[in-house]
Amino acid sequence: MTTVQAARGPETPIMAIAGASVSFGAARVLDGIDLELRRGEFVCVVGPSGSGKTTLLRLLSGLQPATTGTVFHQGTVQNGPARGVAIVFQDYAHALLPWRTAAGNVSLALEAAGLPRAQRADRIAALLATVGLAAHADHFPAQMSGGMQQRLQIARCLAQDPDVLLMDEPFGALDAMTRQKLQDEILRIVAASGVTAFFVTHDLEEAIYLGDRVVALEPNPGRVGAIFDVPLPRPRTQLSTREHPEFLRLRRDLFDFIQQFEP
Amino acid sequence: MTAGVVGRARGLILPLALVVLWQALASIRGIESDTLAAPVQIVGALGDALVNAEFWIATRDTVLSAALGLALGGVLGAMTGLVFGLVPPVSRLMRVPVEVLRPVPAIALVPIAILIFGFGYALEVAIVAFAVFFPVLILIEAAVRGVEPRLTEVARLLRLSPGARIAKIVVPAVLPRAFVALRLAAGLALVVAITVEIAANPMGLGARMILAAQSLRAPDMFATLIWVAVLGWAINAGLVRAQAALFPDAQRPR
Ligand SMILES: Nc1ncnc2c1ncn2[C@@H]1O[C@H](COP(=O)(O)OP(=O)(O)OP(=O)(O)O)[C@@H](O)[C@H]1O
Ligand SMILES: [Mg+2]
Repeated sequence: MTTVQAARGPETPIMAIAGASVSFGAARVLDGIDLELRRGEFVCVVGPSGSGKTTLLRLLSGLQPATTGTVFHQGTVQNGPARGVAIVFQDYAHALLPWRTAAGNVSLALEAAGLPRAQRADRIAALLATVGLAAHADHFPAQMSGGMQQRLQIARCLAQDPDVLLMDEPFGALDAMTRQKLQDEILRIVAASGVTAFFVTHDLEEAIYLGDRVVALEPNPGRVGAIFDVPLPRPRTQLSTREHPEFLRLRRDLFDFIQQFEP
Repeated sequence: MTAGVVGRARGLILPLALVVLWQALASIRGIESDTLAAPVQIVGALGDALVNAEFWIATRDTVLSAALGLALGGVLGAMTGLVFGLVPPVSRLMRVPVEVLRPVPAIALVPIAILIFGFGYALEVAIVAFAVFFPVLILIEAAVRGVEPRLTEVARLLRLSPGARIAKIVVPAVLPRAFVALRLAAGLALVVAITVEIAANPMGLGARMILAAQSLRAPDMFATLIWVAVLGWAINAGLVRAQAALFPDAQRPR
């Protein structure tokens, strides 16, 4: 423990997985995972369905204990969920409290952190403004579109003041236009807050567009198959970034990689 | 709104026609019976009853015992259901006792309850509470088990304390279904209260009914019966309205 503590510093990865595996009964879902998340970087994860992307994200969140190996957060061993690690779930409709308004849902994270009532209103207003929901503070989730509900979930995660933001196919259920808008917003939010982002997606182009690195998992059992660096310039823009030769090259490499595992 | 009123009025046509037919038959052929009464007689008896202080005391006794029994059994059942739902090992441990006690008809406990409490409120409240306890327990336990697992994960991720998790997630999530349980239990409480009064307890509307029947006052018996039906209907209607006001569609998960 002390040796780990001694290694803390700006160079320490904000999160690290060392030799971790996850089994459900006899089924090994993740095997021999070694991965580091550097401070402030945007890591995307792709892989065929069932390769363990969600399990990897849950492992980082502390919701899923490692069967073997260790997960480190801020240089110390992680034994369960930590307030500094937030998750945006894909199924926003289930992850929000239907009986609370948008403001009330954001408030939940502030209440959990013990923020005095008097200080909540300003924080809530600022967070809702960040995700473009300032005008919808009094709406219930059922009165909001899918894109708005997902923004709300992002706002609640930001209310945790996290240093790591985990997202599991957050835009998977949204239409193409809304998805592109939210991609740009999440890039802006991540850049502004300095949070480290870990983003699972099925969409290879989305992974390249957003990420500094793309981790490709191979299935049965889930392992890190390859890690692609994305040297595309920032800020990224939907038109020019997607036409960048580097973007096209990465898309081909990733496609070829995933293609090996398709039946 | 008007369409609703018209629809409800249309629903009354058949029962009204039957009442008219019943009255017509009674007037033409005459009812020579101790078990039946003509509608006009029943309405007369109900009119007399409504200006009779004893009738209102009987109403109060029945409604009060049903309400107190409902409150006692409902609160105990809900709290037990909450604990069983939150702590499955406790539920497993208690399964046998619960399954042994639950099928016992509440009314079968009246003789024991008379020995313990004697006649009066306590007897009736205890029997109603017993009858209400188990359905509420089972419905609340199932509702707690049915809380969206994603929300339980959100509570874990935010590191809510157990108390905060119950207060901020479990209870609000369970409340709409708890209200359905309340409606069910309220109907049951009235049924059981009146049954206890008919079977043994010399008070309330049930006792009034059985007394009227034994003294061959059929119109009075029917008048009380109709009054009981009106009470049951009014309680349910009130609860349905409260439900719609407390749990609007906007706050329901999609
Ligand atoms: N709680 C669990 N119990 C048993 N098996 C599980 C559990 N969670 C996941 N699995 C199994 O682990 C494997 C990986 O699941 P996971 O959800 O991590 O994959 P994924 O890459 O996220 O898939 P998708 O792209 O479809 O979301 C699957 O075979 C799944 O059946
Ligand atoms: Mg998944």
